[in-house]
Amino acid sequence: MFNEFFSRQDLLLIKPAVLLALFGCGILLTDLLHERRYKYLNAVTALLGLGFTGVQLALIQRAMSAAGYSEVSGFSGGLVVDGFALYFNWIFLIATAIAILFSVRYLEVENEHHGEYYALMLFSLVGMYFLATAMDLITLFIGLETMALSVYVLAGFLRGDRRSNEAAMKYFLLGAFSSGILAYGFSLLFGLAGSTNLRAVADALAARPSGDPVVYLALITTATGLLFKVAAVPFHQWAPDAYEGAPTSITGFMSTAPKAAAFAFLLRVFLVPLAPVRAAWEGLLVAVCVLTMVVGNLAAISQNNTKRLFAYSSISHVGYMLLGLVAGNETGLKGISVYLLVYVFMNLGIFTVLVALRRKDIIGDEIEDLSGLFFKNPVSAVFMLIFLLSLAGIPPTAGFLGKYFIFLSLIETRHYVLAVIAVAFVAVALYYYFRLVVMMFMREATDPERLNISPGVGVALAITLAMTLVIGIYPEPFIRLAAGSVLVPFR
Amino acid sequence: MELVRNHILTVTLFTPLAGAVVVMLLNKERIDAIRWVANIFAFAGFLVSLPLVFWFQSAQPGFQFTEEAVWIPSIGARYSLGIDGISLLLVMLTTVLGFVSILSSWTAIQDRVKEYYAFFLVLQTGMLGVFMALDFFLFYVFWEVMLVPMYFLIGIWGGPNKLYAAIKFFLYTLFGSVLMLLGILLLYFSYHTQFGAYTFDIRQLISVNLPLNTQIWVFLAFFVGFAIKVPMFPFHTWLPDAHVEAPTAGSVILAGVLLKMGTYGFVRFSLPLLPGASADSRIVKFMVALSIIAIIYGALVSLMQKDWKKLVAYSSVSHLGFCTLGLFALTPNGIAGSVIQQINHGISTGALFLIVGIVYERRHTREISEYGGLSSVMPVFATIFMIITMSSIGVPALNGFIGEFTILQGTFEVNKAWAGLATIGIVLGAAYMLWLYQRTMFGPITNPKNEKLADLNWREMATLVPLVIWAFWIGLYPKPYFRVLEQPVAQIVQRVRPDYYARRAAPAQPVVVPAQAQVTTEK
Repeated sequence: MFNEFFSRQDLLLIKPAVLLALFGCGILLTDLLHERRYKYLNAVTALLGLGFTGVQLALIQRAMSAAGYSEVSGFSGGLVVDGFALYFNWIFLIATAIAILFSVRYLEVENEHHGEYYALMLFSLVGMYFLATAMDLITLFIGLETMALSVYVLAGFLRGDRRSNEAAMKYFLLGAFSSGILAYGFSLLFGLAGSTNLRAVADALAARPSGDPVVYLALITTATGLLFKVAAVPFHQWAPDAYEGAPTSITGFMSTAPKAAAFAFLLRVFLVPLAPVRAAWEGLLVAVCVLTMVVGNLAAISQNNTKRLFAYSSISHVGYMLLGLVAGNETGLKGISVYLLVYVFMNLGIFTVLVALRRKDIIGDEIEDLSGLFFKNPVSAVFMLIFLLSLAGIPPTAGFLGKYFIFLSLIETRHYVLAVIAVAFVAVALYYYFRLVVMMFMREATDPERLNISPGVGVALAITLAMTLVIGIYPEPFIRLAAGSVLVPFR
Repeated sequence: MELVRNHILTVTLFTPLAGAVVVMLLNKERIDAIRWVANIFAFAGFLVSLPLVFWFQSAQPGFQFTEEAVWIPSIGARYSLGIDGISLLLVMLTTVLGFVSILSSWTAIQDRVKEYYAFFLVLQTGMLGVFMALDFFLFYVFWEVMLVPMYFLIGIWGGPNKLYAAIKFFLYTLFGSVLMLLGILLLYFSYHTQFGAYTFDIRQLISVNLPLNTQIWVFLAFFVGFAIKVPMFPFHTWLPDAHVEAPTAGSVILAGVLLKMGTYGFVRFSLPLLPGASADSRIVKFMVALSIIAIIYGALVSLMQKDWKKLVAYSSVSHLGFCTLGLFALTPNGIAGSVIQQINHGISTGALFLIVGIVYERRHTREISEYGGLSSVMPVFATIFMIITMSSIGVPALNGFIGEFTILQGTFEVNKAWAGLATIGIVLGAAYMLWLYQRTMFGPITNPKNEKLADLNWREMATLVPLVIWAFWIGLYPKPYFRVLEQPVAQIVQRVRPDYYARRAAPAQPVVVPAQAQVTTEK
């Protein structure tokens, strides 16, 4: 079975993706066997699949450290598993697992419990796996589309709900549009390099004379596509609509795992093929960062729908993370890794609570729906408070640590003005996060409907809270992990 | 014993937090149990801090009771605690006022009792941590942590406009502290470039060598953080809102301890870490100008107040102006006086807020015009209020005099005009306080509602008497206070103005008073 086109190592590298795909297909089949009330078994299958994938990743990691390799490549350099890829894959897996945990109850309440939901999540993970590991323009693009197509469908999963359909449509159209721009950028990069390998592209760009208009065109189209995917301003308009309309559990998923994957993709492209032309994109990125922080934070202030609010909040977090790339030194890149890890936990924590708010006839995504939460369910209100403090970056929660590295990297690279803008918006962000706190702690409850915390939601809450606090109070091991994920530019 | 002695700061720091945990575990219906537990833990917090006073070695330079533990090695943050004379006084002020204000809340807080005490005890730990931390990162954590419970104390148990006041307090201070964070990071990074190691330890950061220009930038970043907290003149607008809306105990802690974090920040971090900037004549003039404006402006605004609590709140702006003035006189007297005045302000303004709280609980109004002639129905209350008024004005034999006199002495050495301007504040201070006293306490009872007011009960006495005793102690025998401050203040002056002692041709080192405590040392 092994020959010069397909080695044992190649198999090792795609095994996690193959497992995910197999489990996804398996869910589609076994779903037919489950009666209505046993649909939760699909979630169990999906979690099992994630578990196996995790074991596989751990095996790769162990084999690498045993052999002392910092990276393993396969498919003639088309796939590379390095610290960066492993770190991000862990994030994707954990985020998806938590999202699956809180999805079960949500789908039951919505009465849309179908196996496809979990299968699509696993398929999107396959795409994410390639986004973090691919070293090839085509593979990256296919990974992106695999992920995005699955998520488009998931966003529209509530077939009977017009808002969900609208969200899926908008998300799909804008997503397809941005993919088109990205493909154009990639084609130009290919044209310049004559190869789809990222490192070859980097070499080709390094060899071009500075100020070459074709390089600029390729850069701008590629960057636009990438920034669309992470929802940076001015390419963010799809996010609030898609986040608002999608099922709450999917909004939680979309804002974490696929976002982290888009970030991995963006970092890989900016730090490998585009690294030689850093001077050309740095200014552009600074402008995008400032805009993203300004628009994301200011727009969030006036939102009355929690999902929209968190859409804008997640846009503003993208602004902070991109600052790490502007700084571009080790601290900055480490900061992005820490930030994403932390962001995944705190944001999923928030969405776990929002999912729990979806009861009988209450949709639970208006800010008002949070009112009096403390009196109805003090534990979830206190958890929510801690997640919000973490999003705002108040120590000793994990969110502070992410911001800490970003700010430090800006100071180290003498971006003082950017640092001042960034910290000023911390105060702005606190304002809108605390609107929710006011609702939860200082208003009477508007509806008598009790909150019922299902086992899945309970486990998801416990994990997210524990991680938000542990990373905040004892961050040492996580900082080390993140340090191992730093992508040395142009390696 | 040895174990307790080595970890006394940790014990003091976490006793209130342990209390908060216990309170949280209690059933929220058992209100009396919650009150008892909270009061016991607050009192225990005071008791465990008491040995600090006896074990403290005034003659020994540097930090004492230090504790070190590795925390986040990869960024160089450590769990390191320690106190010197300055922090000793502030820690004691915190534990005393913490207990007093928790005791004062017994009847004032009737709803959501459990959360109230839990937040209060968490706040207590946060404040103590700020005064004990020797690691800048740890300091920042405590500095921020404390905002959250204070936000809730104002926002849930406050007056009619509480939500506005609470978020204004939070946003103002947060904005200041994140800018301060940038200053800290700049210092931290400069240390790394010079010495190749990452550390947040202020005892090591002190050796970093920054060009004056950078120092001034870092100073300004710190300045925003600390000045908002103090609050210094243009940044004071959050204070009247927060004070007026906060529940009594919240105001006591806010005025008594929280504001001191700003001045403490200046004396602990800005002066020693940035000696060049702190002694720079532009910065000194800037700080002194703001202080004098605060002194006079705060006093004038106090004169105009119709609301009893607001009057006390604005008087804080004026009093804290004295503290910052003393600091930036950069003389031993100025700085020592400033620290003593910080304690004094904690005592007298804390007591004044308790006094407002006591009448507010009886009458539910703070309009000064609603009162008058209270001295005939509440004689004990009137007496204590008189003593505290005298202490706040700075009448000799009470604490306020010692602080203000020393500050003015220290300022006079440097610039006579500054001292002259500051005395206007004392005159105005006497005016607004005595006028307040006259309007509320003297004369006939004009308002029939005041005819049947009850005098202080034993619990209210218990909250006020310790403060009155303390006020007399500092006023009559301030020597121990100056003695514990001598070493740290001398170190700071030495650092900011290295020529100060040399130029005075006085003994090059400060005269070390042999401390009695030395006899009982090192068993």
